[in-house]
Amino acid sequence: MEKSTFTTKKGLAQMLKGGVIMDVVNAEQARIAEQAGAVSVMALERVPADIRAQGGVARMSDPTLIEEIINAVSIPVMAKCRIGHFVEARILEALGVDYIDESEVLTPADEKHHINKRDFKVPFVCGCRNLGEALRRIGEGAAMIRTKGEAGTGDIVEAVRHMRTVQDEIRRLQNMPTDELMAQAKEMGAPYELVVEVAQAGRLPVVNFAAGGVATPADAALMMQLGADGVFVGSGIFKSGDPARRARAIVEATTHYNDYKVLAEVSKNLGEAMVGISVSSLGERELMAKRGW
Amino acid sequence: MTNQQIRQQKIAEPQDSALSTQHSALRVGVLALQGDFAEHIAMLQRLGVATVEVRQPLQLAGIDGLIIPGGESTAIGKLAELYGLKGPIAALAQQGLPIYGTCAGMIMLSRDIGDTAALIEGQPQSLFGVMDVKVRRNAFGRAIDSFETSALIPTLGEPPFPMIFIRAPYIESVGRDVEVLATLAQGDAPIVAARQRNLLVSAFHPELTADTRFHAYFLKMIEEQRGQH
Repeated sequence: MEKSTFTTKKGLAQMLKGGVIMDVVNAEQARIAEQAGAVSVMALERVPADIRAQGGVARMSDPTLIEEIINAVSIPVMAKCRIGHFVEARILEALGVDYIDESEVLTPADEKHHINKRDFKVPFVCGCRNLGEALRRIGEGAAMIRTKGEAGTGDIVEAVRHMRTVQDEIRRLQNMPTDELMAQAKEMGAPYELVVEVAQAGRLPVVNFAAGGVATPADAALMMQLGADGVFVGSGIFKSGDPARRARAIVEATTHYNDYKVLAEVSKNLGEAMVGISVSSLGERELMAKRGW
Repeated sequence: MTNQQIRQQKIAEPQDSALSTQHSALRVGVLALQGDFAEHIAMLQRLGVATVEVRQPLQLAGIDGLIIPGGESTAIGKLAELYGLKGPIAALAQQGLPIYGTCAGMIMLSRDIGDTAALIEGQPQSLFGVMDVKVRRNAFGRAIDSFETSALIPTLGEPPFPMIFIRAPYIESVGRDVEVLATLAQGDAPIVAARQRNLLVSAFHPELTADTRFHAYFLKMIEEQRGQH
C-alpha cells in the first residue's frame, strides 16, 4: 500500500470536477456551502474582496478557524498559504486540510521560488495565467491547476482571458511538429516532458478549474463552456445579498452549463450580486494575478 | 415558470436524436451531475459501448445500465433531488436495471450511511438508498490518507486488481443476499466491492486505472440481464 501518491492527489481533483469550490470564512458559511451542493470549501479569514479593500499583508488563516471548518463539514476542506511559504504549507498539512492553494491572493513570501510541492503528502492547487505557468507549477508537484482570473473583483474578464490563453496554447502545441517542442518549452519556461505530454494528450495532465471573478450562474457556465473542469467562487457568494440561494444557483449552473432554460431559471431573483470592481480600473500594482513566477 | 416546471417540461420533450435506438449495441448512462463521469465514459468507450450523460430524467430513457461516478455524494444527492432524478433512479434499480456505483456512487446506492451522513437543512443527505449495505463515508481518513494498493478480486481472477482509494468509503456490513467481491488485507478487512443482484459497488476507482476488467464485469451483468428478457 502506498499513501498519498500523485495519482491519489490528482484523483481527488478529478472527483471535484463539474463542481463548485466556495470561499468561506467561518463554520456557518461552510455549512451553507455544503448544503448548497459545494464540492469543497476554501477556508480563509478574509475573502479576496476584503483583502483587496483592507490591504496589508494577507497570510495563512488561524489554525483554529481552519479546524472549526474541518469539523463543520464532510466535504474536502482547502486552505491557502502564501506563494513560497513552505512552513505555512507544512502547518496546513499538519492540520489535515485536503488541498493547499499556494495562492496569489495572499501576499507572496518568496519573489522567485514557489514551494517544492513534491515533498508534501497533501495535494496542492496553484493558479496560472498561461500554459507555461501551469506546467511550471505541475513540474513543482501541483496536482490541480486553476486559472487565476482577478480575485475579489467580481469581474470575469481576466478569468476568461486566462482560460482562453491556456486552451489556445494547448491547441497550438497539438499542431506543432515534434521537433519544435524543445524550443517551445524553452520559450514557455516549462518542463520539456510536460510540454510533450500536453502536445500528445491535447489537455493538461491535471484538472483545471476557473477562478477569480465568478459572481453569477452565467459566469460559472461561461467558464465551463470555455473548458474549465469546475469553478472556484471566492467573494461572489458571501459578498452577495442571498448567499445560500446564489450558492445553489451557481452549483446548478455548473452542472447544467449547456442548458439555457435551466440557466435562465436559476439566474432569477438571486438578490444583489457582489458590487465588484472593474479590472480595467485597477492599477498594475493592485493586480493579484501578476504574483507568481 | 418555476424550476420544477422547467424540469417537468424537460421530461415531456421529445427524445434527443443522440438517444435514437440502437438495439444491437449496449448503451450505458453515466450520471453526469458532478464528479469523474468523463473518466467512466472514456473507459466504456474503450470497451466499445455507447454512452449517454445523464443530467435530467429524460436521459434515463432507453439505457441498458447506469454508472454513478465518484464525486461528492452531498453534491450529487442535492442535484439528483433538485432535478427529479432520485425517484426514477431508485425505481429503475428496483426494476432490475444494472447500476454500478464507484466511491460516491457506492454511497448514493447504499441504504444506510449511519452517522457519517451530512445534515442538509436538518435532514440526512439524500441517497438513492437501494442496496442493502451499510457504508461509512470518508472511512479511511482525509486526503493525506488516500492510497493505492492492489488486491485479488476472485470474480475477476489473476492478476490482482489495482485499487485507488480517495477519501474513500468502505462497507461496514452487508444484507443477506449481498455478495462480497473484495476486501482489503488491512485493519478489519474492510469490504471494498460488493454486488446485490443488479447492483454493483466499489469503494475504489477502476476508471482511474488502465484495467478494464471491473467495467467489463459490469457490462457482462448487463448482457446477462438482457438475456433474461
